[in-house]
Order: sequence, then C-alpha cells, then structure tokens
Amino acid sequence: MTSEMLLHIESLGVSIGTERVLDNVSLHVARGEILGLVGASGSGKSMTALAIMRLLPRAARVTGSVCFEDRLLGAMSEVELRAVRGGRMAMVFQEPMTALNPLIRIGAQVAETVRLHRSAGAAEARSLAREALDRVGLHGIELERLPYELSGGQRQRVAIAMALVLSPALLIADEPTTAIDVGTQADILRLLEDLVRTRGSGMILVSHDLAVVSQVTDRIAVMRHGEIVEQLPTAELLTREHHPYTQALLAAARLEPKRVPRRPESALVVLEAREIVREYPRRRRSFLRRAAPRRAVDGVSLDVHAGETVGLVGESGSGKSTLLRTLLALERPQAGAVRLLGEDFGASRGAASRRLRRSIQVVLQDPVGSFDPRWRVERLVAEPYYALDDPPDAALLKANVAAALAEVGLCAADGARYPHEFSGGERQRIAIARALILRPAVIAFDEAVSALDVLVRAQILTLLAELADRLQLAYLFVSHDLHVVRAIADRVYVMQQGRIVEQGPTERVFRSPQHAYTRALLAATPQLA
Amino acid sequence: MSGGVVGGDTASGAARRPVRRSAGAGAAFAAGATITTAYLALALVACVWTPHDPTAISIIDKLQAPSVHHWFGTDQLGRDVLSMIMAGARNSLGVALLSVLIGAAVGIPLGLIAAAERGVVEELIMRANDLTFAFPALLLAILITAALGPGAVNAVIAIGVFNIPVFARVVRGGARNLWTRDYTLAARVAGKGRARISLEHILPNLATLLVVQGTIQFSLGVIAEAGLSYVGLGAQPPTPSWGRMLNEAQSLTALDPALALYPGGAVVLLVLGLNLVGDGLGRGRGLQ
Repeated sequence: MTSEMLLHIESLGVSIGTERVLDNVSLHVARGEILGLVGASGSGKSMTALAIMRLLPRAARVTGSVCFEDRLLGAMSEVELRAVRGGRMAMVFQEPMTALNPLIRIGAQVAETVRLHRSAGAAEARSLAREALDRVGLHGIELERLPYELSGGQRQRVAIAMALVLSPALLIADEPTTAIDVGTQADILRLLEDLVRTRGSGMILVSHDLAVVSQVTDRIAVMRHGEIVEQLPTAELLTREHHPYTQALLAAARLEPKRVPRRPESALVVLEAREIVREYPRRRRSFLRRAAPRRAVDGVSLDVHAGETVGLVGESGSGKSTLLRTLLALERPQAGAVRLLGEDFGASRGAASRRLRRSIQVVLQDPVGSFDPRWRVERLVAEPYYALDDPPDAALLKANVAAALAEVGLCAADGARYPHEFSGGERQRIAIARALILRPAVIAFDEAVSALDVLVRAQILTLLAELADRLQLAYLFVSHDLHVVRAIADRVYVMQQGRIVEQGPTERVFRSPQHAYTRALLAATPQLA
Repeated sequence: MSGGVVGGDTASGAARRPVRRSAGAGAAFAAGATITTAYLALALVACVWTPHDPTAISIIDKLQAPSVHHWFGTDQLGRDVLSMIMAGARNSLGVALLSVLIGAAVGIPLGLIAAAERGVVEELIMRANDLTFAFPALLLAILITAALGPGAVNAVIAIGVFNIPVFARVVRGGARNLWTRDYTLAARVAGKGRARISLEHILPNLATLLVVQGTIQFSLGVIAEAGLSYVGLGAQPPTPSWGRMLNEAQSLTALDPALALYPGGAVVLLVLGLNLVGDGLGRGRGLQ
C-alpha cells in the first residue's frame, strides 16, 4: 500500500431501512489532491461525506470498506474514531450560521477542538487558535468575538479554522460556499485550495455546482441516485464527451441565455423608481446626540418597461432587498417616488393601494417560508385575489387556479395538496403560479432561484423565460448571482452600498463592464471556461 | 437528527424527517389523557348526580371510616367525602377552565396586536404585562378577591387576570417569529392588512402552541383555585371545594388524617394528568 494514498473507498454501500442510499461507491483521494463530489441534491454526496466520517444515522447499514491512512475505519472502535474525526479528518459544513455555537466566543470554539484532541494547556490551545484564525485570513480578529458579530464569510472562515487547527490529513467541505456571497465565495475557495496544497493534505469538495467545483479540484466524481456515474480529471471536463448526466450538469452550470434580449425602450414604463432614499435609524450612542441613520438605499432610480426583464445585481447588504420592498410599497421611502403604471404607488393607501397591487406580484427566495404550511396550494395560489374588489366566484376561481398551476407545469390535482408535499423546485413553481394568477404587469423576483439546485435552477429559468415571452410580462429579477441574471435579463442594474453603480443592456455590461465593482463581481463568479 | 441528511432536496428533506417518539413518552401522554378525561367525566356526572348530597350535614354520621355506604367515609359534619370530592371537581375544573378562557380571550388578541403593530403599541402592551407579572400570582389573586369579595366568580376573574399576560407573551413571541416568514410578506403583497394576516396566517400557526400553553395554565389554575379556597377566598360554603376541604381537614389531622388525603390526592393527580397531557402535546409540536 503506497503512503501516497490518503483515502481509499472500495464499493461502499449504505442502506437505511429498505432504502438504498449509496451503492457501490468507490473513490480515492491522494495526498495533496482535491476531489470534487458533484451531483444534484439527494444524489448521495453528503451521505458519502458522512459515511467517510462514520457519522451515519444509527439505523444505517454499511457495506464495503473505507481505508484512511492505511487503516480500516470500519474496524475502529468509537473511541479510536473520535480521535480520527476532527484530528486527522475534518469537515466544513454549508451553513456558517449553525455550524458555530452562538454562545461561545470564536477563540474558545477553535481552541476547544485542540483541547479535545491533544493534552494541550489553555494557553497553548489559545495560541494555536490564534494561529489558525490568522491562517484563514482573520488576522488580528479578537478571539473574544461572538459568532453573531461576524459576517457570513467570516463565520465560514472560523469554521474552516476549527477544521484546520489540528492540520488534518483530509478535509471534507460540504457545500462550503453555497450560503455566502460571490466575492467571498471566490476567497474561500482560494483559501481552501491554498491550505490543502501547501500542507499536502487531501480535500473532498462537495457541491451541486460544477462551475464551483471546476475552480479548484484535480478530479471530479459525478453522483446520481447514490451511485458514481463518472469520474474524470477536471482538465478533461470541457474537452470531451461525457456521461449524459454530467452533460446535463454542465449545461445547467453554464447557464446559457434563456431568451433573445429585447430592446423595449420604446415600450411603456410600467414600474418607475425616482431617487429613492430609504434610511434606518441607528442605535444612539450618546443620550444627547442622535446617531446618523444608515442609508440602505441612496438615491436609486430605476425603470422597468412593459415586457422587459430587468436584472438587479449586488452582494448581500448592498440594499437590493430594501429597494425591492420599497418598490413593492411594503416600506415607505424617506424620499423619492415609486410609480406603477404611471400612478403613485409608493404613497398610495387603502383602496388605491390595493387596486395597484394587482399589477405587481412577487416571488421570494425561500421555497419553504413562502407558504403558510397550513394552507392548501389552491388557497395559497388564490391569495392575491384579495386585491380585487369583485373576486371571481368559487367555480371560476378554481378554474383559474388550475390554469395557473398548468402554466407552471403542475396539475390541477396539486391544488389539493399542502406545500410540504412538494420539492423545492416545485414550490418555486407554486410561488410563480401565485404571482401569475392576477396577470400582473410586473413580477419581482427576490433571489428566486438562489436556493435551488443547478438542474432545477435551469428548469425554472427556462420556465420564466417562456412565460415572459408568452404572457408579455415584465420582470424585475433581483439576484447576487451574475450568471443567473445574465441568462434571463435584457437590462441590468448593478448595486453597491445602496447606489446603482452601473446599468445598461446585459451583454454590454457583461462584455465590457465599466465600473470597478462590476468587474470585481464578474471576476469572482465561478465560471466554466 | 437522523432522517434529514437522507432527504431528497433540502426543503422536503426537513419536512419528511420522521419525528420519532419514544414509547415511554406515548404511554405518559396516554396516562395523562386518561386521568384528565376521568376527572372531566367525574365533574360532569357531579353536575347531575352525586352518591349523597355533598352539602347534607348529619352530625351523628360524623368522621366515619370508609364503608360500602360512604366509600371515602364522612367528615366532621357527617358529609359524604366522595360526594364532596366530586362536587369539588366540578368547581375546580370549572374555575380553571373559565380562567384559561378569560386569559386566552384577552391575552391572545393583545399578543397578536403587539406583534403586528410593533413600536409604541407593543411597548405599552408588553410593559403592562410586565407590571402584572411583577405581582406573585397568588398574591394578585388574593388582592383581587379581597377587593371584589370572596366567591367562585371572583376567583375565576382573579386567576384569569393572571393568565392574560402569559397568553399575550406566548402569542407575541410566536407571532413575531411568524411575521419574519416570507408568507406574511406574500400576503402583504396581496394587499392584506395586518389584522387580516394576524387572523389568517399567524393565529392558526400558533394553535398547537396555544393548546399546550392552555393545558399548563389549566393545571396552574387548579392549584390556584385550591389555594384561594384554602385561604377562604374561593367558592363559599356550603359549595364544596378541595381547598376548603384541606383547610378543614387540617385541624382534624390527629383525629382522621385520611380526611386531608382525599382532596390533596385529587389535586395532585389532576395536576399530574394535565402536565402529562401538556408534555405530550408539546412533544408532538412541529408535527403538521
């Protein structure tokens, strides 16, 4: 057995009850190598990661062998395994919010890993923690900070520091960048790659996005239904024919434009924002002086023409969600006006506001939280009818709901079911049906495809493009993901710190970005060559 | 923790996660439900029939030991203890139930309004709540019954007032959480106002939470009623109540210690049953 081989998995199978979760999975990782594990959600990637760590649910039955540093993990006792986990083998999870204990200071959390595995004194553990935090790019951050005081990217760095503090031989990163911003995502990927390369340890990077995985890995294993369908060197990803499933993932990650851009400058302006300013009060620092308010949106003007898809791009905290809520008249701006179909929507009240609301609808990010769990789909989809003074009678309403469901690729019988019975992609379809039912002039999308798998994301974007063309809808598409916006938008606005820094036709902005921020965003977005 | 990782895509994986309840928890809930139902049945029967008239005094029969004729024996005035316990159950459950209803009827709307309006309205409601909370419950009840005069109706009011801030606080906490959900945003986009959203989306999603809290307040109400009538501020003689039975038995402990056991046991068993029910319902929360 060569010592070059770090991890060797031979026909690993896992079943839980009668369900076969993993089947005949064979993988290997050499020292200094980065392996990408790619597949749609439910394909068994996370299960493979957990099986390697021996962290499977108790009911799971495991066959095959996992050999790590020339030792069979299956033959180890729980005590020996605990020494391996965290010590020789470490894991970074997707969600930086929940991976850290919110009540423990970050220094202590990193130091805890040290003290669990080594008989190190408090001072030594602390200095190791300091060193690890410096190494992940958190130079000089106080060890006494609590997780909530950090940004998502910083938290993920702390989680990585925890994983790396004992210099493990193998690092398993399960979607480590899915929950964070593009700019930060590129940094984290580069950091992980550096840390692995310089120490000669191995890494398994689990992700649903081929574009992300192709940035840093040496080899890629593609999974579907608990099986590995193809393993290939990353360099060959774009150069030769692959398994059809790999091709599908590739196509989805590429995000080709879904529709021909139009030039609707001549068309009517349906949604218009003029010099919007939205401020939030800050906690006052002294009793006598009021703190200057925080400007979330700072003088933004924006137009959406009839039948046009407008993209609004920016990182989290750029003010795009606040702007969207102002455009939807859910919040009142301190200055500026929102006009919908030529009428003042921002300052409207009561009946006038309700009458205007039927012309603008919204699809939100979270496919779970967007629906009242106690309502059936038909009632949920019909909710916007409240904005009408004379809602249709029960029979017509039922027919309209069925028609809206059919338009998004669901069937009328789905109306009788509850939202939790649907997958994430199907739920976004229901949300689109709810937005469509009143035939609004504009639909706003707030990160509507960000929580979805690449494959599902591509399907939903195709559906949206088709609906826009067929029903002559205007979209305002808000996202942090440039490639998603590029695939669907006719025109883009780029937002940074509450201001629009660049705008123009999509292709112009993407081909020759003028503003430094747009260029930085574009450079940071992982892309298949 | 087990099922989530297997699930298809992230969202439905969480929804499909099997909620496992240990057999012990199920049995405890069943026991609690049985006890509670038995008490309810006893109280209902007592409304129309008791073995003897619980208020009928018969000095020659005083302090009898349990017999076929008097299952639990008789007290110092010769009243049938079983009949008094049954009539006491009616009184105790009635007072506790009504006080929970008062608390819910006032507290739930207050909590909903506080969560929906925020700002000054919320501050006013919640600070008023804190003020009520600042008084020890029993002291507050004694204060109210002392001001209004003793009696079952005033006991209901006194305990009910204490329930109001409990419900307001629970509802406001749960509602504030639900107001951050996207479906309330979607409802606002549909043009719905805060009151309508509170009734259509917020309240139904708090139902389980409220049933659990209601059960807990119910058992606290039983204890509070017993306490009030023990100090003579609950139901007035001759209406039988467990608290006063305990009080009267106290001076006779040397003579007939069993006399205190019946009402004491009745309170303890009922509270135990209610707590088991509340526990079981709480465990089941999150199940759709």
